[in-house]
Amino acid sequence: MLAALLADSSGQALAHASAWAVFAVGAAMILTGALGVVLLRNPVHCALMLVITLFGIALEFIDQSADFLAAVQIIVYAGAVVILFLFVIMFLGVDRKEAISAEPTRFQRPLAVLLGVVALVEILALSRIDHWSAGTPSQSGALSGPGSNVQKLGQAIYTGYLLPFEMTAALLVIAVVAAVVLSRRHQPSASEMSELDQEELLSARRFTPPDQGDQS
Amino acid sequence: MSVPSAWYLVLAAVLFGLGATGLLIRRNVLVMFMCIELMLNAVNLTFVTFSRDLNDIGGQVNVFFVLVVAAAEVVVGLAIIVAMFRRRAAATADDIHILKG
Repeated sequence: MLAALLADSSGQALAHASAWAVFAVGAAMILTGALGVVLLRNPVHCALMLVITLFGIALEFIDQSADFLAAVQIIVYAGAVVILFLFVIMFLGVDRKEAISAEPTRFQRPLAVLLGVVALVEILALSRIDHWSAGTPSQSGALSGPGSNVQKLGQAIYTGYLLPFEMTAALLVIAVVAAVVLSRRHQPSASEMSELDQEELLSARRFTPPDQGDQS
Repeated sequence: MSVPSAWYLVLAAVLFGLGATGLLIRRNVLVMFMCIELMLNAVNLTFVTFSRDLNDIGGQVNVFFVLVVAAAEVVVGLAIIVAMFRRRAAATADDIHILKG
């Protein structure tokens, strides 16, 4: 978007340079944040590094004219998901450092790095064997053309993708109910208790201090 | 013309690899969750790049759905972590077996 504005005003070369500059800044932010998440020991620092990565991703979205998604990325991820992470970290009081030197299983760490490198090399090798993308262009609506990004995205979601959209609504409701059920403190009813527990509960109820007993 | 899409795809691949490595290295469940978020974001970046490459709105619609699913996943996952902490004050992946029945 910024690149397009610059192309109108002062030529192709400047637009080209600015697109590369935005890409480079975004890439630096993404990689710094990702390394921070993987390597830092304090979970709070990891969450803050995650924010840097998410901002970098939003920057790359803007660079590719996905304006709406960049805004949603900031609002949903940086605004809601990371805050939820930080809330849980603070709520549970786990902002202490992880003993990163203690290895749970032998050779776990070198093997993990090896696996990550193998996955990366595989992706890159596959992309060299074939083209990055091969498919019918504009299958579900053109990206370029008149109209804003939000308008085209909304039209696609509310026409061709209406059923998945409704299903995500149901998914969100299910997630909210699940969160409430999972984090609720469980109070066992009498039928779920053992006989011993029931006896204890009954005797505790039977015993009332004398002054309270007089009032009732 | 802007940056070629191969650069974005390589960047996304590197981010995905970092997230996968972090998921395998770390033992704190919260940080493992953050690494999953990294991998999801790498995939989102590829979706947007392919969307631009093929001039197709479908990729961006998919990113929208990934965002929704990721939000739901985080909500349920964090609820499970909180439930786990109720039982035992530690958040390593080795403690998840206490959740069974």
